[in-house]
Amino acid sequence: MLISEQEQLRANIKRMINDFGNNRSALIPVLQEIQRQYGHISEYVMQLIADILHIHPVEVYGVVSFYSFIGHKEKGRFVIRLCKTISCDMQGKDRVARQLENDLGIAFGETTPDRNFTLEWANCLGMCDQGPALLVNERIYTKVTPDSVHDILEECRKTFGAHTLQQKETLCKLPTQAV
Amino acid sequence: MQTTDTSRMTFAKVKPGTGLRKALEMTPGQIIELINDSGLKGRGGAGFPTDLKWRLAADVDDELKYVVCNADEGEPGTFKDRVILTYFADLMFDGMTIGSRAIGACKGIVYLRGEYTYLRAFLESKLAKRREAGLLGKNVLGKQGFNFDIEIRMGAGAYVCGEETALIESLEGQRGEPRNRPPFPVNTGFMGHPTIVNNVETFTWIPCIAEKGAGWFHEFGTEKSTGLKLFSVSGDCGKVGVFEFPMGITLKELLEKVDGTDAKAVQVGGASGRCVPACDFDRTIAFEDIPTGGSIIVIGPQRDMLKVAKNFMEFFVDESCGQCTPCREGNPKLLEGINLLLEGRCSMNYLRELCSLGETMQLASKCGLGQSSPNAFLSIVAHFKDEIMGRTPPEKGTICQTNWNETPRAPR
Ligand SMILES: Cc1cc2nc3c(=O)[nH]c(=O)nc-3n(C[C@H](O)[C@H](O)[C@H](O)COP(=O)(O)O)c2cc1C
Ligand code: SF4
Ligand code: FES
Repeated sequence: MLISEQEQLRANIKRMINDFGNNRSALIPVLQEIQRQYGHISEYVMQLIADILHIHPVEVYGVVSFYSFIGHKEKGRFVIRLCKTISCDMQGKDRVARQLENDLGIAFGETTPDRNFTLEWANCLGMCDQGPALLVNERIYTKVTPDSVHDILEECRKTFGAHTLQQKETLCKLPTQAV
Repeated sequence: MQTTDTSRMTFAKVKPGTGLRKALEMTPGQIIELINDSGLKGRGGAGFPTDLKWRLAADVDDELKYVVCNADEGEPGTFKDRVILTYFADLMFDGMTIGSRAIGACKGIVYLRGEYTYLRAFLESKLAKRREAGLLGKNVLGKQGFNFDIEIRMGAGAYVCGEETALIESLEGQRGEPRNRPPFPVNTGFMGHPTIVNNVETFTWIPCIAEKGAGWFHEFGTEKSTGLKLFSVSGDCGKVGVFEFPMGITLKELLEKVDGTDAKAVQVGGASGRCVPACDFDRTIAFEDIPTGGSIIVIGPQRDMLKVAKNFMEFFVDESCGQCTPCREGNPKLLEGINLLLEGRCSMNYLRELCSLGETMQLASKCGLGQSSPNAFLSIVAHFKDEIMGRTPPEKGTICQTNWNETPRAPR
């Protein structure tokens, strides 16, 4: 990493911690924001946060490794989380899973070589009456069928050109099918 | 068919703000008395009397107290809180504000699950409007000295953080590991201060009770489980979605309303609830009979009960925080047992041992997750023994992903 890049990162994290209140209770909001901006929490970042908050880096690692939406491993730009819990299971999540694997060419838990997509399992997403359900970053898709998988992936691919942050904003609009 | 009709819910008939105004004319003691009269019990599943929780927090002398709304809604099959947050957020905020008045808190926190991040911006805009309207901030609704504001904090994808002490740990920036109780959050909660944690729906009923009176709430439900309740219905039935029914409804009545009368079983209360077979459909949904946080999963005649049990057990293996041994080690052991059953390689003796392990977990686990994770398995074994025993082994790789060479044999 370039020195200037490191300094930029450090400044960015310092600012975030100040914004969220410079104490332990700010740790998770800070980690969530870093995860959102950078896609993962690197060891270097964990050390930085630990230094600023005056806690041991292991404390930061403990938290990072606990929550499934925060992680050490680098993820793709679009994280697809398919619900595998009972109602979605009964509504045919297996076939959707299969099609996702086929269309992306990766298995669950993996990231595409171009770092665009990560495929993961999730537990109940609170859309059990409209399953199978999946999340793409923050956006929810319901009643997913094997043949609509392609459209969902295309929708993501279309936003590739856009700036990452901008693209994430368009992805967190309140879905019309939320109820 | 997805048939949630929010316009028919009681929440649609109570104007936001009216219940709050009425409540703010009362003293804190009177508010708690009103809730006591209504008999409202927690809608998150455990059914703890709301007035008692509030009274305990109100009685502690502390400058700082907190009101926390549990919007972690992680229980499989539950989605009513999402509907409330989308359509009746203002009523819920009213409820939190009344709660803060009752216990003397000045800060509220909504712990919203990470999976609902798409609701955050919407809820923030609601809060901003409330601040403009004087419903939050200094001297709420002109009430001198009553200051209250609400902040939204996001969860990060951990079911166990719905447990109230784990939720508080998470708010404090820790791993979401449940604490020993006592001390209870009403004494030592967020940052060591008295804290009430209530479910989204519990808070939303508060302004309705303030507006319509405790007597109105008593018109519904049973002696010990008063009032109305939202149910999240999914699975094998004609109508799925969120429905409002009185407490004390029998499963039979409920299934008639959602076109699911041919069900062979109903999972009441989500993964941590229990599986009720058809012969028990005249039982009631109430805290004194079959309790639930609102999750109703209808299981049709074509379903394999063992696969249902397996799905639930995989859920708990994923979501156990790993802090205590019965739950961390017990859940994988039960899952292994289910796989043996699926392969038709489980002796009756071993099944009995698994059941006794389940009972040990119910007694010895530290929090509600491990205490209730064996429920589904135990009730399926109790009611569907005929279906789950003596299976012919499936062809390799069709039902279980478990590696045949690695699967341990049933002892004895
Ligand atoms: C593992 C576990 C998960 C829980 N998840 C939730 C949840 O998602 N939402 C909720 O309101 N309560 C949940 N609870 C219950 C809470 O611990 C607590 O009892 C509840 O928030 C109290 O609110 P109430 O009295 O209004 O129901 C959970 C409990 C356990 C043991
Ligand atoms: S019962 Fe399970 S979830 Fe609860 S504290 Fe123990 S290990 Fe953690
Ligand atoms: S079971 Fe998939 S969203 Fe609830």
